[in-house]
Amino acid sequence: MARKVVITGLGATTPIGGDVPTMWKNALKGVSGARTLEDDWVARYELPVTFACRASNKPDEVLTRVEAKRMDPSTQFAVVASREAWKDSGIEEIDHDRLAVAFATGIGGVWTLLDAWDTLRDKGPRRVLPMTVPMLMPNGPSAAVSMDLGARAGAHTPVSACASGTEAIALGVDLIRAGKADVVMTGGAEAAIHPMPIAAFSAMQALSKRNDDPEHASRPYDLDRDGFVMGEGAGALVLEAEEHALARGARIYAELAGSGVTADAYHITAPDPEGLGATRALKAAMFDARAQAVDVVHVNAHATSTPVGDKPEYTALKAALGNQVDNVSVSATKSQTGHLLGASGAVESVMTALAVYERKAPVTINLDNQDPEIPLDVVTSARDLPSGDIVALNNSFGFGGHNAVVVFRNA
Amino acid sequence: MASNEEILAGLAEIVNEETGLAPEAVELDKSFTDDLDIDSISMMTIVVNAEEKFGVRIPDEEVKNLKTVGDAVDFIASAQA
Repeated sequence: MARKVVITGLGATTPIGGDVPTMWKNALKGVSGARTLEDDWVARYELPVTFACRASNKPDEVLTRVEAKRMDPSTQFAVVASREAWKDSGIEEIDHDRLAVAFATGIGGVWTLLDAWDTLRDKGPRRVLPMTVPMLMPNGPSAAVSMDLGARAGAHTPVSACASGTEAIALGVDLIRAGKADVVMTGGAEAAIHPMPIAAFSAMQALSKRNDDPEHASRPYDLDRDGFVMGEGAGALVLEAEEHALARGARIYAELAGSGVTADAYHITAPDPEGLGATRALKAAMFDARAQAVDVVHVNAHATSTPVGDKPEYTALKAALGNQVDNVSVSATKSQTGHLLGASGAVESVMTALAVYERKAPVTINLDNQDPEIPLDVVTSARDLPSGDIVALNNSFGFGGHNAVVVFRNA
Repeated sequence: MASNEEILAGLAEIVNEETGLAPEAVELDKSFTDDLDIDSISMMTIVVNAEEKFGVRIPDEEVKNLKTVGDAVDFIASAQA
């Protein structure tokens, strides 16, 4: 029998709240984190998209100046969220050789990389900061979190675009089950609201261009959806072997009951139109968790608000859940937070853990005309989840055909 | 041309900016590594910032000889001369 893994700590810094209590209060209310960008580079480069979901707290105002100076913004977000999750777990004494990190990012230190390039061109190689390489590397967030916590059982960085955060959580479960760690700080961080990624995502027609109405731009499942809205921030979850958590009398949010990770092997950006890879990930995750379709009451969907992406997820849910798909409360919280790329799966897993713990599904905003081809039961005002034993899923999919699903069960 | 006092004050400012150490902790007889706990990456950042501030060039092979704050002040003063 595999070791049971439970969630004992949560952290988040997001566009709808700089900590978990604020984010969750807003997620149940239904707010938009999208705003017009005030940065001078928006006009300088005549960007086709002029808004995004900025994190509500600047991490360099939470960290000390010297801490912030040595970290790319993505790492700053990771450290802020993981500190909150660690404190929330209540862990005081731990064998640091049994504490691991699995912290993801989609892109890595893009601000550091491009700032260094600007410095090289403008001022020459001598002025390129010596900390550039450790700040830009994608393992920067996991390395910084491991140093911050003294986590010595490995610091891992799964990178699978927008599935990264969820894949990090899946890896954390595996590490505990395999006996390689007793506690794993898992999560994802992203800080890519920079003119280059905005230009690049825009070039591939992935972003909403609703520049005159940012708050209504992220609208998953709506007929008028026209792309995703970039977000930034981090989510963090403390995963712990159940016996370790019980021995210290920890508060348990939920069981992290299983995971499924697959690849479409179909197209570098487009999802398999039949959702076959996502279906296999869902089925694998439910099998891993020993969960039946009938147990599933809530899904935090990937649902980015792109015209092509939202429907295959529905197809996959229907294939994996059968008729039960009609009885599942589906939340598309990117409508509020925007798409945090490599952090999105982690932030949404924080929300799914809270949904199971408090038995409340968060809100999907901006659903005015639901796409008739996606007849899901979408949660548009906070809804109670049933009592008794329940299961919830969090889906994340990434460019490259990556599919990651994690399964939550009430403790 | 900066006086040795001005160079010390300028260095202390750069060290404070990089490490958070109080400027008054940056004294002539303090070792960068043993007393101020400055690692090699921070040292290179301090060197490059000092080059810009004082308009001098501190060759990489010279950096290892700058063991104390006083060594750095003397080097910058002579490079400016």
